[in-house]
Amino acid sequence: MRVADLAYLDLSEAELETYRAQIDEILEYIGKLNELDTSKVEPMAQVLSDDQTADATLREDLVVPSAVAEDVLKQAPDAEPPYFRVPKVIER
Amino acid sequence: MSKNWTISSVREAIAGKKTSAREMAAEYYRRIAGQNSKLNAFLTLCERRAYAQADRIDALLAAGKPLPPLAGVPIAIKDVISTREVRTTCGSKILSNYIPPYDATAVLRLEAAGAVILGKTNCDEFAMGSSNENSAYGPVQNPVAPGCVPGGSSGGSAAVVAADLAVAALGTDTGGSIRQPGGFCGIPAMMGSYGRVSRYGLIAFASSLDRIGPFARTVADVAKVLQIIAGRDPQDSTSTTTPVEDYSAALNKPVKGLRIGISKQYFAAGMDEGVRKKIAAGIELYKKLGCEIVDIEMPHTDYAIATYYIIATAEASSNLARYDGVRFGPRVEGDTLIAMYRKTRGAGFGSEVKRRIVLGTYVLSAGYYDAYYLKGQKVRALIAHDFRKAFEKVDAIVTPTSPVPPFRLGERVNDPLQMYLADIYTVTGSLAGLPGISVPCGRIAGKLPVGLQIFGPAFGEARVLQLAHAFEQAGGATV
Repeated sequence: MRVADLAYLDLSEAELETYRAQIDEILEYIGKLNELDTSKVEPMAQVLSDDQTADATLREDLVVPSAVAEDVLKQAPDAEPPYFRVPKVIER
Repeated sequence: MSKNWTISSVREAIAGKKTSAREMAAEYYRRIAGQNSKLNAFLTLCERRAYAQADRIDALLAAGKPLPPLAGVPIAIKDVISTREVRTTCGSKILSNYIPPYDATAVLRLEAAGAVILGKTNCDEFAMGSSNENSAYGPVQNPVAPGCVPGGSSGGSAAVVAADLAVAALGTDTGGSIRQPGGFCGIPAMMGSYGRVSRYGLIAFASSLDRIGPFARTVADVAKVLQIIAGRDPQDSTSTTTPVEDYSAALNKPVKGLRIGISKQYFAAGMDEGVRKKIAAGIELYKKLGCEIVDIEMPHTDYAIATYYIIATAEASSNLARYDGVRFGPRVEGDTLIAMYRKTRGAGFGSEVKRRIVLGTYVLSAGYYDAYYLKGQKVRALIAHDFRKAFEKVDAIVTPTSPVPPFRLGERVNDPLQMYLADIYTVTGSLAGLPGISVPCGRIAGKLPVGLQIFGPAFGEARVLQLAHAFEQAGGATV
């Protein structure tokens, strides 16, 4: 399953086999949507109607204090404040 | 102490100095200590925070100051909602050690209103499930139907309220995750309209669907909690400025003459006969209350699950990309950055979450986007249109919450599609963004709870609560 690569997800052989069967079954079920002619339907890309949308006008772009960097870094598995540390990504 | 506290009885007892907020919290922690090992409904308790808040309430009273509306009320919070300095796992191993640096707006508003947060409740991993069996921390027992699931994904929140381990709880609903467990545990449970309650601090599953809402023992208490958490929050651009109605004031308005829509598409083949009978009795009760029952057509109902599993998984695959072993959670080392991502995610997510990430990635991938995701968005528009047409003729729509009563633990775990179909009557309102409540509607053979669902038009929370309250007061729980 190439999609597992796209999702950066390591799956075992057993998982791949189970998912393949289950997802085939789910996709077959989803196929029932093709019974509907939607050629003249606009996709619903937004839940709220325009008059309910609070951010119809944009807020002012103001600087507000946000001193959370230390707390955030505390949650990281490998941090060297003020940075997160990850395996090397750039070859010299 | 009496067993069944409500918001008003807690507040009166504290105001009348029959007890203190501290003693009330202690009483609930004693109950939790006695029952949680059996129910597995709380994952984390926050006694220090709870007692500090209780002491603030007791100090207000001692100083002769007025008590806020939820003064001293013990409340539980689903573990997908962020709580500052209190572990928040989302029911997942990938956040097993995560301590949020901030509070969700809903939590802050509850505490500002005087509520005492007891702890965090178990749930399906990242709120993905209908039985609470997808939690990395084990399943929750249904306190009123032993051996059965409590429903999901907010199974812990439903269970703690049903077992009297909290007076109210917050859950989240993406496809039915508040209403279905409310129905399975025999208590009222509600989601407001999309945009009604701020989601700041809610750890995202599917952003066009996720909502926060309350569980309580009475509809009046559901109304009181929703009142506090509803309303615009500048921290959440999807929360609206639409005015919040006075929910408690709406409860006792007469329901005589209100038009209730019933759609045959919500009573399809495969529905449990016991559920069918109880819902029919519930509809009879509304007739007795003087409501007019109107037949309506909801032709796209049968397409809702397929639509939901495209949109929800697509959004989940995107939202869950952030769990990569860099900023939070345990990391599994790899030789390269990508290998580290892959191993961390492969080890940290449970099987349902991985299944949905794979499905969501698939429906969004090049070559399939139009066939699946775009198609799903179009059918979503048709489902929303069904509701808009119906609300031209009726004030509310009544359906079963679930086509089946609570099922046995383990009964459906190996068949994801069957598990998904348990949400067939709740996902429609989720996709359309409408408010919905589940209220108790009798028990099959006196044992298995049945939930009756009421949908209202967008921002029609007051109408939904009014009809739910009338049903409860007329004896709906014992039809």
